[in-house]
Amino acid sequence: MENQDHFPDKFTEKSASVKHFFYMLISYLRNLISNPMRSGLAYFVVGLIAALLVGWVLFPMALYSRNHQPVDFSHAIHTDPDIIDGIEGDTEAERCSYCHTFRDDGSFTGIPNLSKCMECHDDPESPLGETAEERDFLEEYVANLKEVPWYRYYEQPDCVYFSHIPHVKNGEIDCSACHGGHGSTDSLPVYEKNRISGYSINIWGKNISGRKTNTWDRMKMDDCAGCHTINSHEENNGCFVCHK
Amino acid sequence: MKETEVKKHRYGMVIDLDKCTGCGTCMVACASENNVTVRADESDKQRSIAWIQLYKINNGEKFPKTQTCFFPRPCMHCEEDGNGGHHPPCVSVCPATATTLDENTGIVSQIYTRCIGCRYCQAACPYHARYFNWWDGYSYFKPFPDGMERSLSPDVSPRMRGVVEKCTFCHHRLMRAKEIAHAQGRTEIEEGEYIPACAEACPAQAITFGDLNNPKHKVSELIKSPNAFRLLERLNTKPKVYYLSSKEWVRRLADNYLPGEPVRGIND
Repeated sequence: MENQDHFPDKFTEKSASVKHFFYMLISYLRNLISNPMRSGLAYFVVGLIAALLVGWVLFPMALYSRNHQPVDFSHAIHTDPDIIDGIEGDTEAERCSYCHTFRDDGSFTGIPNLSKCMECHDDPESPLGETAEERDFLEEYVANLKEVPWYRYYEQPDCVYFSHIPHVKNGEIDCSACHGGHGSTDSLPVYEKNRISGYSINIWGKNISGRKTNTWDRMKMDDCAGCHTINSHEENNGCFVCHK
Repeated sequence: MKETEVKKHRYGMVIDLDKCTGCGTCMVACASENNVTVRADESDKQRSIAWIQLYKINNGEKFPKTQTCFFPRPCMHCEEDGNGGHHPPCVSVCPATATTLDENTGIVSQIYTRCIGCRYCQAACPYHARYFNWWDGYSYFKPFPDGMERSLSPDVSPRMRGVVEKCTFCHHRLMRAKEIAHAQGRTEIEEGEYIPACAEACPAQAITFGDLNNPKHKVSELIKSPNAFRLLERLNTKPKVYYLSSKEWVRRLADNYLPGEPVRGIND
């Protein structure tokens, strides 16, 4: 209150100009809303929505090519010990590593080749199940001894080094920690490839806004470094740990 | 906070110049291991790339006193000054943080996708260990014959035009050795499991490679020799590549000594 006594003129002047500004703003907005067609608000809103649709929906749809895997493989059937005799192991990692194995030198085989499939699906004439997918798979690939051209969801750029074995064997991380429920899905997800960069949407991130809720939503450099930091492995954030 | 203390390594190399015959096998092994590009005309040596370069030096005397020595020069993988602050010359100048000193291995990294090609590091390096890609090598644009990509090493990413590259002590071999160690249930690798291609290929066995921090490794023993010296020792870049030579004039050429100034070894 004392300050006001010292500078009475300045204060009243300022508050009057602020009041005037708000009065102008409110009357302007009232005019804008009361007659949206005449004020142009309607056109603006329609244009804004259309632009956002293009940017957030149409462009991402056009940016990614969608490809279905050549064979619709069901992980759920092939990891069920009640259906498959060969699958053993109580833990999930043991059941995954029945097909996705490590070689003796520690490298990871990734998607198994046809010979692994043919350990069970050896006869193209007699399918083991009753699905149409299996019949197509036997006719097309097993009968011709042709490797299945699978799309690789997590194919990293050439400058990236990633090894499964320190994470799985030394770090004791479950497969599902990074791959989610992929091992219990009934069909394979659509492979979406960025037409410009050539990278899969699983690398680049499924959410265009960059938000990430699950580990498997995005596999970029910051995601590797973030996980290392959270689990107090900052020493593995050096450049020459994940780059080659 | 950490459950286990991370063991720090300092991988280093000892090159015995008395054994080196100058055959150039190290250069060939390095180039094929690391996808180092060649050009149709390699006669312009200012533009060609060699991660390990072989120099020929002589004592400047006339016949019959002339002596010659071959001098292989990889990246020196300079060390940090123990007092902090003094980084390898290339690391401290890089504006893009494309090259760093790995604190766990002591290897100076070079990330090609991060490099902006300003070549400041080339100017800073006192050893001329860094090379600039003036043309596309074995990269996306493929200016080489069809089918040649099948001869490339899959563990080393090819460089594109406009980036700087250098010796990495065959860092991918360290990763491969670690993978084998993990598969066998170990966390540390043994001596000899990780050696660069040049050290493996050298027919005279002049190049020894190992962990300078580990007193059991052969390199730790060799650098105690009175013949041991490093290139441009007095720049205080602390290279992790050591040389051995019984000849005093070779040790004298390794640094800028004044005429008549006595040659100082690293152990003096």
